[in-house]
Amino acid sequence: MGQKTIRLNGKKRKVSVPDDSQQLLYVLREQLDQQGPKFGCGVAQCGACTVLVDGKIVRSCVTPLSSVADGADVSTLDGLATDDDDDLHPLQRAFLDKQAGQCAFCVNGMVMGALGWLQGRIDTGNRSVPEPREVADYLSGATPESTLNYICRCGSHPRIVEAICAAAGKMVK
Amino acid sequence: MTARVSRRSFLAGGSSLVVGFTLLGGLDRAEAANPNGLLRINPTAPASTTEAWLVLTPGATTVYSGKVELGTGVQTALTQIVAEELRLRMSDVQFVQGDTVLVPSQGFTAGSKTLQQGAVTLRQAAATAYAALLNLAAHYLRVDPSRLVAHEGRFRIAQRETSVSYRKLLRGTNTVLPLNTSAPQVAPVDYRIVGTDADRVDLPAKLTAQFRYTTDVTVPGMLHGRVVRPSGRNANFNSIGNVDRAQAIPGFVRVVQIGNFVGVVATSEWAAARAANPTTGITVSWTPGPALVNEASLPTALRDPANQYKATVELDTGDVDAAFASAAKVYQASYFSPFHMHGAVGASSAVADVRPAPDASGIQATVWSGTQGVNNLRGAISGLLGISAPAVRVLYTEAAGCYGHNGADDAAADAALLSQIVGKPVRVQWTRQNEHGWEPLGPAQAHDMRGVVSGAGITAWMHTIYAATHGSRPSATNAGTLLAGQFIGKLPDPLPSSAGDASGRNSEVTYTFANQRMEAHLVKSFVTTGPTSATPATPLVHLLPRSSSLRSLGGLSNTFANESFFDELALAGGFDPFQLRLDSLTDPRALSVLDAIKPAWRSRPRGGNGVGAGVAYQQYELVNAYVATYVEVAVDAASGKISVQRVVVAHDCGLIINPDGLRHQIEGNVIQGISRTLKEEVHYAGDAITTLLWAAPPGTSAPAYSVIRFNEVPPIETILVDRPDQPVLGAGEPAIGTMAAAIGNAVFAACGARLRTLPMTAERVKAALP
Repeated sequence: MGQKTIRLNGKKRKVSVPDDSQQLLYVLREQLDQQGPKFGCGVAQCGACTVLVDGKIVRSCVTPLSSVADGADVSTLDGLATDDDDDLHPLQRAFLDKQAGQCAFCVNGMVMGALGWLQGRIDTGNRSVPEPREVADYLSGATPESTLNYICRCGSHPRIVEAICAAAGKMVK
Repeated sequence: MTARVSRRSFLAGGSSLVVGFTLLGGLDRAEAANPNGLLRINPTAPASTTEAWLVLTPGATTVYSGKVELGTGVQTALTQIVAEELRLRMSDVQFVQGDTVLVPSQGFTAGSKTLQQGAVTLRQAAATAYAALLNLAAHYLRVDPSRLVAHEGRFRIAQRETSVSYRKLLRGTNTVLPLNTSAPQVAPVDYRIVGTDADRVDLPAKLTAQFRYTTDVTVPGMLHGRVVRPSGRNANFNSIGNVDRAQAIPGFVRVVQIGNFVGVVATSEWAAARAANPTTGITVSWTPGPALVNEASLPTALRDPANQYKATVELDTGDVDAAFASAAKVYQASYFSPFHMHGAVGASSAVADVRPAPDASGIQATVWSGTQGVNNLRGAISGLLGISAPAVRVLYTEAAGCYGHNGADDAAADAALLSQIVGKPVRVQWTRQNEHGWEPLGPAQAHDMRGVVSGAGITAWMHTIYAATHGSRPSATNAGTLLAGQFIGKLPDPLPSSAGDASGRNSEVTYTFANQRMEAHLVKSFVTTGPTSATPATPLVHLLPRSSSLRSLGGLSNTFANESFFDELALAGGFDPFQLRLDSLTDPRALSVLDAIKPAWRSRPRGGNGVGAGVAYQQYELVNAYVATYVEVAVDAASGKISVQRVVVAHDCGLIINPDGLRHQIEGNVIQGISRTLKEEVHYAGDAITTLLWAAPPGTSAPAYSVIRFNEVPPIETILVDRPDQPVLGAGEPAIGTMAAAIGNAVFAACGARLRTLPMTAERVKAALP
């Protein structure tokens, strides 16, 4: 039996599962009604399930609840904006501005992955806006800080990269 | 997303104005369409002979569309058309799609045909409704219709303050209109919405996690199912072990086994996942079956007449034999492309609610699926469950990107079968391994090219294709077209009788060659009842991996062969390949897309030293959109690795409804095309697919189905040729066809290696280097 309290998008939520080897993805979707994180591959290869745990980028499909600290902050796409359209996060706004999605099933990964990455840079004092090449390498898992690849199958890559650069410009200010 | 208004309620006599039309074909076909929806409007009304509806009520304007949004933006484009003709805002138009009760059949959403076929009739339907509203307004305001102008749902008398809203006019109206083919349409010069970059209507909800994809569908009392697939395509069920271990999982409900169909049901997805996993739940043993045709021998096996059930000449102009016989030299080359996957980023899922008896409205089974064809799926599931088709309701819900016949229908069948057995609604989520291992693939295809080039250009051309089926979609009358149906012993449909617009798509060319022949050899996917039979023998024995329709069908492979061989002949004849294309075409629209990439070609890298440029041209399906593509590549001689540096696409698909949406479709075609050209290849061994993941798990060298990464995507320039006076042509598939050949031609220019096999891996480049 695993019981835990997490702060989901800033709000305290209790979860209770019979087996705390259960992956966070299923806890979020089934118990906490989150729709942002998606099942894509179940083996951390595509990014569709990406969430932030205490600010760290996590592939929730391979993250057992047991590895999530009691009281941990969990952020999902569902909580990134309020219902108020004016309150969209710069990343959401930029993805809409660039029309960066076709089926858009994957964008949860790119938005949450970019959020964790950009916020991490800013938190360590790096307020530069990454170049498109750097963003593309990051999303390909080809950078020293991350080997996680993000898959988009419809072919919205250039727009996604542009959107992340544009959002980064807003986030560093 | 979906309107709550039911068709039944407004047909029962509420205030409404209804226009009947069909998205199936052109205007001429509107009246001939065959209605098979469950709800019929007053059968004496002319509109009842048509298939889909545009409904205006005081509260909403709603398009009931059998064509569905697969992720390409057609919902946005169709909405633009309706808003334009009706002088409404985009947000005033609702879209109800793919529902076998509310939206009668419009066939499959496939082949880049939604806008090409749907836009024409939908536009006229909206014009019909507008003309009716205009008359109502003129009557209400007691003025001549010519004095009225409409804007955003309100008629105004020109130069005066007097006005009336559509809402008011529609109150108390209950009119059903047939399509009025003479209702005036908005002139292209007056377009306010068509031709603009209207934002995708579905994206805001997708960016805020509010959009409900198939995988997000939940219904009260829903259980969760997982399937356990056979060890291979020809394996048969033997036994199930460790049932007690699965039973001990909290939430476990039951194991289901019928023939080769095995699944588990539990109260939570996690419990179902554990119960189906051989390390934590049941273990299923299978009796191995015969191996498929060996993967390494595919190029020869496809060409072997013993593996074919039919050979057919599908185009024969001039006298190819005489031209070959009299030629100084007949050039020959052979091409090959492997099995490719759709590989949607989300694994297939579905929800089904199958009851013991029909409810008050006559529905016994409700299925939520990302299918391309709700009505065919309804029929197939009806056969699977033994429930009459009208008692089955299939509701389309958008899944992860759909590029053809993927696992959506099969997941729906899995859910339906499990739901029927447990008597509760069941959601089935496939694993990635289920998807990669069992989705219908784009088949491998082989090509033999022969041609003659002289001082006059290319004078004779012959393309022979060898291919398995590109069309094993669900059949409304055969549950054996679903995986679950085959697992419980039903046979698939017979194989196609021609290459038609499938393996043969774009196998012919539109060049003005004096002599041209296309010969198609149709390869058996399974053992048939005789050497020339297309009918499956019993018991079913598969010979090839499962194949069906993947974006452009045979188009990518055929144009790869055609446009690469064109360059081979051009260079052999001493021609500039770009100029020879111009000289071999007469259609002004073909010439104009080539002209549009001429500046890129003229400033191309010289070639050699590992950097080069190539072009390819095709007219999709020979009669639809025109595409000319320019590609620059860099080839690393040491490693053999190709990187695409720049892509320029010129594209003419007639009237452009949404330029940004069109650019996005072209970009998607280019990127998927690069991926399929350079990286993608399904591997299998024995009778089982071995490329079950996107990458080898860390520390292993397991085969994987690798797709393009962000840092492998080049800058893409799109040149749109808008033709407001021409019909809309589809844009979902035309551009992908040009990619492999344009890349191959660029590689040849860069390093002299002629790549005739996809994917163009580093090893193949090194092997082909001169």
